[in-house]
Amino acid sequence: MEQGHIKINIDGREIIAKEGQSIVQAARDNGIFIPTLCDFKSLQPAGTCRMCLVKVGERYVSACTTIVSQGMSVENESVELKENRKSLIEMLFVEGNHMCPSCEKSGNCQLQALAYRYQMTAPRYPFSFTQRKIDASLPYLVVEHNRCIQCLRCVRGVKAKDGHDIFGFIDRGGAIHISVDTTDTEAATEVIAQKAMDICPVGALIKKGGAYRVPIGERKYDNEVIGSDVEKERDKV
Amino acid sequence: MEQNPSLDSQVRQKVVQLTKFYQQDKTQLLAMLREIQSEFRMIPGPAIDYLAEELDIPRIQVEGTASFYHFFSSKNRGRYTVYMNTSATSEMAGAAAVMLAFEKAAGIKFGQTSENQQIGLFTTSCIGMCDQEPAALINDFVFTHLTPARVEEIVKVIKENGSLQSLIKSGEGKNSSALVSAEVKNNIRFKGPVFFTDYAPGEALKVAMESGSLEVIEAIRKSGLRGRGGAGFPTGQKWGSCRATDAESRYVICNVDEGEPGTFKDRVLLTERPELIFEGMIIAGYAIEAKQGIVYLRSEYSYLKKYLEQVLEGLRSQNLLGRRILKSRFSFDIQIKLGAGAYICGEESALIESAEGKRGQPRNRPPFPVVSGYLHQPTIVNNPETFGCAAKIILKGSDWFKKMGTSASSGVKLLSISGDCEKPGIYEVQWGHTVREILGFCGATEVLAVQVGGPSGNFLSEKEFDRKICYSDLSTGGAFTIFSKKRDLFSIIHNHMEFFTKETCGFCVPCRAGNTLLLKQLEKVMIGNGTALDLKKIEELGLLVKKASRCGLGQSSPNPLLTSLKNFPEIYQRVVRQDVDYMSQFNMEFATSDSAKVANRKPNLEIGD
Ligand SMILES: Cc1cc2nc3c(=O)[nH]c(=O)nc-3n(C[C@H](O)[C@H](O)[C@H](O)COP(=O)(O)O)c2cc1C
Ligand code: SF4
Ligand code: SF4
Ligand code: FES
Ligand code: FES
Repeated sequence: MEQGHIKINIDGREIIAKEGQSIVQAARDNGIFIPTLCDFKSLQPAGTCRMCLVKVGERYVSACTTIVSQGMSVENESVELKENRKSLIEMLFVEGNHMCPSCEKSGNCQLQALAYRYQMTAPRYPFSFTQRKIDASLPYLVVEHNRCIQCLRCVRGVKAKDGHDIFGFIDRGGAIHISVDTTDTEAATEVIAQKAMDICPVGALIKKGGAYRVPIGERKYDNEVIGSDVEKERDKV
Repeated sequence: MEQNPSLDSQVRQKVVQLTKFYQQDKTQLLAMLREIQSEFRMIPGPAIDYLAEELDIPRIQVEGTASFYHFFSSKNRGRYTVYMNTSATSEMAGAAAVMLAFEKAAGIKFGQTSENQQIGLFTTSCIGMCDQEPAALINDFVFTHLTPARVEEIVKVIKENGSLQSLIKSGEGKNSSALVSAEVKNNIRFKGPVFFTDYAPGEALKVAMESGSLEVIEAIRKSGLRGRGGAGFPTGQKWGSCRATDAESRYVICNVDEGEPGTFKDRVLLTERPELIFEGMIIAGYAIEAKQGIVYLRSEYSYLKKYLEQVLEGLRSQNLLGRRILKSRFSFDIQIKLGAGAYICGEESALIESAEGKRGQPRNRPPFPVVSGYLHQPTIVNNPETFGCAAKIILKGSDWFKKMGTSASSGVKLLSISGDCEKPGIYEVQWGHTVREILGFCGATEVLAVQVGGPSGNFLSEKEFDRKICYSDLSTGGAFTIFSKKRDLFSIIHNHMEFFTKETCGFCVPCRAGNTLLLKQLEKVMIGNGTALDLKKIEELGLLVKKASRCGLGQSSPNPLLTSLKNFPEIYQRVVRQDVDYMSQFNMEFATSDSAKVANRKPNLEIGD
């Protein structure tokens, strides 16, 4: 084994991971899909969505925030964990207001795609029918709070040129919500709107104009199950 | 928002003055917001702008912090702001009548501020006065044992713009001293060998500094001392790992957030034995080679701040604190930082965020605070009781401590006993007593349930009263709440689930969305719409919230439901519908009850069946 590489085990399969990687990254490199919503590329992991819940020994941990260690044994695809993830997805669906057929993100939305993957038919929890706002006051960006899942990807990933925060969490508990500092001149730019739309896993941040350029039916998850791109690599590893 | 030029300039002036006073220190943001709230009775929008500008923090972060805490608000809360405690013990002691009296006298409802902005009525979670309920905070003054008659008197004074101090009755012990002058009682019922015996400040510290820092850590390790805040982590190990982490500076933090409904022993310790607690912190500072200590004091205990500062000053003048302690090379100082109303800030990493002037959101762990804590430096966070024990261990030896309690749980524990008993208050007991013995100590009879460890602990029924209070059985931060047979357990469980839905930081999905769903499911069962299937769903969802949540709050929040389902199945069986086994969301009688009341008729239920 190369220097800086260690062995871990996911669902009985032994894989080689790089030291310092999260379980999610190590799994992905080896063609194993662990579902994520809040984890995004190189952003500092937040651990808000808990979709990546796995079992390490007797403990349940979020795989995006947990660093691999030599000999670690991870349970990922068990019936129990799949059921748990489906429940978490359902919780998000009843917490916000998700009218997929009229949503600009439909087909590119990771929440929707995970719901398909985990075969959610209808949520088993009562809908909250919460009242949330749509903020379309910025020239290029619409913030559709009804669809926000509070993943913090925008807060962590969309910053002003000098690195300061434009997005942030406001309030706490059930009232927690994302907010954009509309007094910040950069928040009004097209660049930021594009970045925000690209980083948001759902349809909560939408760039005005052109949202339907790719027709529904031809979008990313319309034709492939989320995670299948990762799993395709599995045989090659 | 309408702009008021004179308000705007007042706000600006205040912010400039504050940021100057605090030397643009970002970690003091909460302190500045507290002063702004106190002066303007709200956090005006422009204050956020000016603070962001003066402190060079992104505006959105200042707004994020200001909106996180219960005692900050974006709307005016009145020159006199009443925060009525609506915890279960307060409700049991008659909070409902007191609240009605407030509403009647003030002419407004809870959640509102009067039109002339003289008085605002709000509710709040446990304020640490469970042994003297109903209690409320009014502009940081504590009022205990409230009655409707007393409320009338209070509101009269408020309407006349009078002094709250003049209404305060004299308190017990140090509570009656000039700097505290709170009408709070101590209710110390059992005095034991660790906390409430003779004590001379400085003796333990001298022993520590004569023996050396590694020896101090070793002594703590050998004593078997474990954290008294609830989680029970071995203290010696914590101090040892912190010291072993290389760093420029290290920090000692005393966690006086004491937010778990049912605990109030830290309040009494800080009132009667602050020197001992501070001495424990100084010893810890010496052991881990830290220079700075922070007491994170919950906002509800802000009435103790001036007094505690004087105690610190006293220690400085005795050369037990500050520069070159006991003429050595060791310097260590302690500052007090106030919270602003958030139970989650008792969780150590959330506390650290809050002490840094941010939203009190827990961090992802690892890294643990001993590696990366306050300002990302190695930090130990301990409960005041833990620091107190540590000081005594150094003075009297590990063996002395180990002889008390049980083999796995050494020493004593302070219990905060409240609810239905003759003698609520503080009990210093050795570990290992059974629940039944403790019920005997405090004079509790006809007991239906005991909750050990507060809402995040366990509901126990009679069958389990022979279990022991110790780390290997009923591990607890000390809350011991008693419910007699005349109580409706459902309303208590409901109160506690409501508590968690209000106090979750909202960061992770299971804790934020899951607790709300649990509360809804419980309400469905309580109004008679539940089925056996619903009970199963509550259990499944509860277990999921426990295992998927990110921090200790979510990992224990379903406990009121789960432990009552397990230990009191009969109360649930009594209310669930036996006639149907499907999900029954709809109840004709309940759905028509409002209109039936208006029409003064009974609904015709036969149609429904
Ligand atoms: C939601 C939550 C609230 C907590 N509240 C407190 C508290 O008020 N006081 C406290 O000492 N520990 C509290 N803790 C435990 C702390 O995180 C931490 O374990 C403790 O302060 C460590 O001190 P100890 O080892 O001396 O007990 C809380 C934990 C959680 C998850
Ligand atoms: S954000 Fe996703 S899940 Fe929500 S409505 Fe849009 S497509 Fe559906
Ligand atoms: S707006 Fe999108 S990216 Fe931002 S927190 Fe909400 S769901 Fe996540
Ligand atoms: S992806 Fe790990 S918690 Fe969200
Ligand atoms: S918000 Fe703390 S556990 Fe989720």
